Amino acid sequence: MATNQSRAIGKWALAPSLIVLSAWAFVPLALTIYFAFLRYNLQDPDNTSWFGLSNFYYFLSDPYFTKDFINTILLVGSTIILTIAGGVGLAILLDQPFWGRGIVRLLMISPFFIMPTVSSLVWKNLIMHPVFGLFAGIQRFFGSTEPIDWFGHYPLISVIIIVTWQWLPYATLILLTAMQSLDGEQKDAAAMDGAPPLSYFRYIILPHLSRPITVVILIETIFLLNIFAEIKVTSVGGFAGNLTYLVFSQLNDANDVGAAAAGGIIAVILANIVSYFLVRIVGKNLES
Amino acid sequence: MSLKQSTGQKITITIVAWVIGLLLFFPILWTAIAAFKTESDAYTLPQNFLTTPWTLENFGIVQERSDYVLYIRNTVIIAGLSTLLGLVFAVPAAWSMAFAPQSKPTNNWSGYTWLAIIFGSGGLAALILYFMGWHPTNFLVGIILLLMFVVPVSAWVWTRATKDTLLWMLSTKMMPPAGALISIYLLFNRNGLIYKDWGWIDLSDYNLVDSFWGMVPLVMLLNLPIIIWMLYTYFKELPVEILEAARMDGASLWNELTQVLTPMAMPGIASTCLLNLILAWNEAFWSLNLTNKFAAPLSFFISEYSSPEGQFWAKLSAASIMAIVPILIVGWFSQKQLVRGLTFGAVK
Amino acid sequence: MGTIQLKKVRKAFGETVIIPGADLDIKHGEFIVFVGPSGCGKSTLLRMIAGLEDLTSGEILIDGKDCSDAAPASRGLSMVFQSYALYPHMSVRNNIAFGLKMAGETPEQIAPKVAKAAETLNLTEYLDRKPGQLSGGQRQRVAIGRAIVRNPSGFLFDEPLSNLDAALRVNMRIFIMQLHKDLGATMVYVTHDQVEAMTMADRIVVLNRGNIEQVGSPLELYNRPNSKFVAGFIGSPKMNFIEGSIAAKHKAKTIGVRPEHIDIVSGKGEWQGKILLTEHLGSDSFLHIDTEGAGRLVVRAPGEFSGKPGDNISLKPDITRIHKFDDKDLSIR
Repeated sequence: MATNQSRAIGKWALAPSLIVLSAWAFVPLALTIYFAFLRYNLQDPDNTSWFGLSNFYYFLSDPYFTKDFINTILLVGSTIILTIAGGVGLAILLDQPFWGRGIVRLLMISPFFIMPTVSSLVWKNLIMHPVFGLFAGIQRFFGSTEPIDWFGHYPLISVIIIVTWQWLPYATLILLTAMQSLDGEQKDAAAMDGAPPLSYFRYIILPHLSRPITVVILIETIFLLNIFAEIKVTSVGGFAGNLTYLVFSQLNDANDVGAAAAGGIIAVILANIVSYFLVRIVGKNLES
Repeated sequence: MSLKQSTGQKITITIVAWVIGLLLFFPILWTAIAAFKTESDAYTLPQNFLTTPWTLENFGIVQERSDYVLYIRNTVIIAGLSTLLGLVFAVPAAWSMAFAPQSKPTNNWSGYTWLAIIFGSGGLAALILYFMGWHPTNFLVGIILLLMFVVPVSAWVWTRATKDTLLWMLSTKMMPPAGALISIYLLFNRNGLIYKDWGWIDLSDYNLVDSFWGMVPLVMLLNLPIIIWMLYTYFKELPVEILEAARMDGASLWNELTQVLTPMAMPGIASTCLLNLILAWNEAFWSLNLTNKFAAPLSFFISEYSSPEGQFWAKLSAASIMAIVPILIVGWFSQKQLVRGLTFGAVK
Repeated sequence: MGTIQLKKVRKAFGETVIIPGADLDIKHGEFIVFVGPSGCGKSTLLRMIAGLEDLTSGEILIDGKDCSDAAPASRGLSMVFQSYALYPHMSVRNNIAFGLKMAGETPEQIAPKVAKAAETLNLTEYLDRKPGQLSGGQRQRVAIGRAIVRNPSGFLFDEPLSNLDAALRVNMRIFIMQLHKDLGATMVYVTHDQVEAMTMADRIVVLNRGNIEQVGSPLELYNRPNSKFVAGFIGSPKMNFIEGSIAAKHKAKTIGVRPEHIDIVSGKGEWQGKILLTEHLGSDSFLHIDTEGAGRLVVRAPGEFSGKPGDNISLKPDITRIHKFDDKDLSIR
């Protein structure tokens, strides 16, 4: 099958992709490392010079850094927990036969395909808006006079709600697909054994889902670490920003290339640590 | 669970499922309803569905004000071209990894040797740069120093066994865009790193920011790992003997790919295109940062409605609906592809 | 034209050795069959001749030229795969024509060749169908047509009949033998079915765990097996093996005698026993007998044999047909 000859040709077939991906992975990285040690502000470009580790120090000691770092962890962590818990529940629900199951499935997966920019604006202005929003309307219906200003008072929770709403369908879809691959015979055997629903869940469904859950965690982490649109478009960067937003604001608001680059490097290091562990775990699962 | 359900159970489940489904779908539904109302009606609560004057005016206003047609054209161009370009790179790559895999690294240097080479070479470049005052004295020197870092790392990637290469590709997708933003911006921008007046040639009229020449390759690179992975899993399901028969029939690699593999793998290739279309369509980070007008896709178009100017809810709703409906429908039909593509084939 | 030589061909994957070292000389026009149990390396050997697997060491010479590293297409051989490996998206016509197209021939050159191959194989009315619309036997013929049309110096068959039902298998066997006579080309045929091997081959190569145990004509292997393995592999039902004191009497560790070389005698024979099972095929009957001292034996009887399980029976082996094996399981002659 794979002869020396075909492998030699294979190297040439793979080369363009490898070259292009290496360039994409390493050239911007190299440049960012370069800029991180440089004092370079776009508003003052003539005053560029070697800056040692000052950019890093400046970025890490920025009062927003600790806050945004914690926000990042909270955002990623809560979304993963909520989407997986919800996903398992919805997957079990959708696995049951009922009328109109196909349509309900379409309804449930829709949020995933909505552009982040659109979801953010819809949630902020049409639903969570303290005066005109739906939630406010519901609160007023129940007699409240002070509807919650979601984005004003609870920006991080608001962002978490939006992101969870978007990613819940993904987790549900993956877990549902995995559940449907659960061998019908196992189900029959369990029924014959008279397994009560809770044990059935714990001993048969959960182990079967453990591998897809790992993959879901990996994929969601990849995407959630880099959440951007939801924060920028709803203008809560100052309160509920994450690291990605912080880097962006260094560049956009402060025009400080050096600091933004240092922040970028820090983000890369953190992401590498996370990915090292995740890829090891998932790599084993993907071995098939 | 238990195979036999009482009708009562089935009714309960149906009700619960529909309630949850509608709740999850509700924001979209709400937006769709608001899009067809007049501005003053859009946000009155409680809604009076029977007496509201339904209207299509919002859609017209949105088109007039921000030229929806332009943006959807841009989105289609970026999503479509980046997908096609991605296939050109990914099909040979996935072929090589599925059918001519390298089971061991092609060179035997230990991890430490490689680490030493990479840090040594990169460190040396940094040292040289430092002594130049952290400013490369000219463009050529800059390129050489850059290559001193990039080449050893790329060589390491080049010599890995196939399954490690696949995992490495996965990891490039994990690169925080925050880390690359500045560099890409300066590489693309007029008067940045490349497109400036070099003296012997003046490139300052060109730039890749807000242009398709920049966005299409960029979006392709973002999704290339997923395209390659997805094609890889589809290719592995094809019968190897047919490709071997082609080889015995004297087919060159080009012929094998175009006349035998691609036609056989068409369903898999179509699925990959579908998923990529969705991912490219909804891409927000780079679209918001690197485009402005000429190559701006729908993500950007919508962000223009983020700052309130008077009463704009109905228009926002109309704009939103116009932005999401095409891909929502595509998405409904792409569930299987989504599962395979976004789990790197681990769940099918 | 069409000679293939294997010189010390070896195949190993890291530590695992599939084929320790094979030497073989295939003459022009020969129909040679590689036969052996599953996993003995026969397909691997065939694929190395085809160029679909690398050699770890050794040489393969085709028509005198060293082709050990040559691309499959440049070796002048055609291969028929076990699963037919037809191009599913192409019509039968295009499947057959593909190799010629790759060789750069013009449509005018290709058309008559395809037509002729189709006629030889009775495929003319199926030329415009796709493989999915054909039966197993038809697909097999298309695979053969694809191989013939390139006029190779040698054909390679990788268990081509395993996926067909019994009746079709017999027909295709005869078809392939006729094809060999008509074309006169060298054919290397791999199968695990020793009946196919015996009926089709000019010479048989018996493989066991990567080793070539014996090479010879069918009758040579039947009458003069070199080892217990070959003796037990060739011939159906299997040869009876007897160890212990009876073997010692013949000055061997094991003796073997085929079911068809044991006679049933009335009165007292060399071996006495009781019938355990009878298998009636119509033309023959095969009796499974539990003997005193010689263990369980299978004996061929005429089709009309009327004995039943439980009957006593006396047996006498044909002395001239007893094979003797030493403690290394090799033949003593």
